[in-house]
Amino acid sequence: MNAVVVGEPVVAFDGVGMRFGRGPEILRDVSFAIEPRSFQFLTGPSGAGKTTLLRLVLAALRPTRGHIRLFGQGASRISGGALTDVRRRTGIVFQDFRLLDHLSVYQNVALPLVVRGRDEAGYRAEVIELLQWVGLGGQLDRLPPILSGGEKQRVAIARALIARPELILADEPTGNVDPHLAERLLHLFIELNRLGTSVVIATHDLALMDQVEARRLILSDGLLFVDEGAS
Amino acid sequence: MSALRPGLVPADDAAARSFAGIMAILAFLAALAAAAAVSLSATAADWGAALAQEVTLQVLPRTGRDLEQDVARAAALARATSGVASATVLSRRETDSLLEPWFGQGLDIGDLPAPRLVVVRLGAARSADLTGLREKLVTELPFARLDDHSGWIASLVGSARVLVWGAFALVVLVMGAALLATTFATRGALAANRRTVEVLHWVGADDRFIARAFAFRFARLGLAGSAVGGLAAACVAAAIIPAIRATDAGLRDGGSLTGVSLVGWTGLASIAVVVVALALASGLASHSSVSRLLRDSRRT
Ligand SMILES: Nc1ncnc2c1ncn2[C@@H]1O[C@H](COP(=O)(O)OP(=O)(O)OP(=O)(O)O)[C@@H](O)[C@H]1O
Ligand SMILES: [Mg+2]
Repeated sequence: MNAVVVGEPVVAFDGVGMRFGRGPEILRDVSFAIEPRSFQFLTGPSGAGKTTLLRLVLAALRPTRGHIRLFGQGASRISGGALTDVRRRTGIVFQDFRLLDHLSVYQNVALPLVVRGRDEAGYRAEVIELLQWVGLGGQLDRLPPILSGGEKQRVAIARALIARPELILADEPTGNVDPHLAERLLHLFIELNRLGTSVVIATHDLALMDQVEARRLILSDGLLFVDEGAS
Repeated sequence: MSALRPGLVPADDAAARSFAGIMAILAFLAALAAAAAVSLSATAADWGAALAQEVTLQVLPRTGRDLEQDVARAAALARATSGVASATVLSRRETDSLLEPWFGQGLDIGDLPAPRLVVVRLGAARSADLTGLREKLVTELPFARLDDHSGWIASLVGSARVLVWGAFALVVLVMGAALLATTFATRGALAANRRTVEVLHWVGADDRFIARAFAFRFARLGLAGSAVGGLAAACVAAAIIPAIRATDAGLRDGGSLTGVSLVGWTGLASIAVVVVALALASGLASHSSVSRLLRDSRRT
């Protein structure tokens, strides 16, 4: 069950529509696929539905119509252990971070490993190394409420990457950092992609997207357009 | 991992304190009931054993017979029985003083045809041939009666058993109350920590992991609360039970008066068992209610 079927996309949307209650359709007819080892941006104006689309990928929302397949399984039928499995294969950077305020920076980043039952002796060095890489090596024991926005963002990124997931969904992962740090974080995602992880970065930061030649999924008016990029 | 897990669910101090407080009260009640039950059955057993070491011969006066001679004969028959340690004839005055509480001092009972008593102490082995003695009495002294206190012992053991079962039922009821209180508190904690639970799910925790995190937390709180309640119960038991037993010891001779030996190690052990059982119950109830709530929340 853990191996990605050859040729099978990691995520596939087919004619997906989404509305909240009796509100307007946020997504109308969205079809696309995310291939293994691919790298793409998800973009569109604020309120276009980027976060909503990512939550559909997480099976946190059910689409009002259409079909979603995650790691080769129909999303509507995934439950229990299979859902846990999908979540363990996916790393998420939330737009609002979702750090646990009562745990230290180090504990937050180690959390995905803790819930997998891994032994601290086995991961401690790894967690510290990743935190050093994102520039938080000196803040291991601090609690999230006293961190700056950019620092929280980097903790959230480190937490999403630590378990080396097959798919990374990052919602505005550079929204709170200066351009230099944004570039450094972007290269972290690119490096991870080189190692085999599929990456989706939701952003409306054009300058960030211009730094790499990559596929762009553009949301507009409830529809999704794909710009395959130059290569 | 184990260093981190107990803290995964943040502690809400006010709610945690009231939960621990409820557990302390419940543990106090259950522990006291358990200690009382244990002490009661021990006391009843003591009384029973004391009564079983002694039998009484009652010799009734009959017109035309010499009572003194009959009594002496009865005592002699008793002494001749195997397993009997001693047989003492109570004098007329001793018999009268036994009757005094019933008739009062003022009444002159000297003229009443009161029966005379022979106190027969049995050997330690308790293998006295009472049946043989009874048979001999029937043939030689048909108006002598052998009382082995079996009626007393039976009713004493019977009422002690009722009280012990009552105390046991109380412990069971308190256990049920603890389960309900834990379920209720867990529900609140789960609602208060929805975002934490959500994050745990996102980073790959399964329901079992989350249920265990809550179970650890409630077992710890339950243990803290019930330990305090159990300690209080032990203090109260140490103060009250010796007083009850002292009254009993005053009626008979002997009996030690130190607190611990009277509550007894079994009494203290029963308190400890109640404390641990309550903590375990908190953990289990919390685990099962989190599992159920998570399963239900996914179904909607
Ligand atoms: N739970 C919800 N209930 C009702 N409406 C919602 C809900 N979540 C999102 N929406 C609406 O869906 C639309 C898309 O929201 P979404 O968060 O997906 O946009 P976005 O593209 O991520 O925007 P941004 O770039 O600002 O993060 C918004 O109009 C929002 O109000
Ligand atoms: Mg968004």
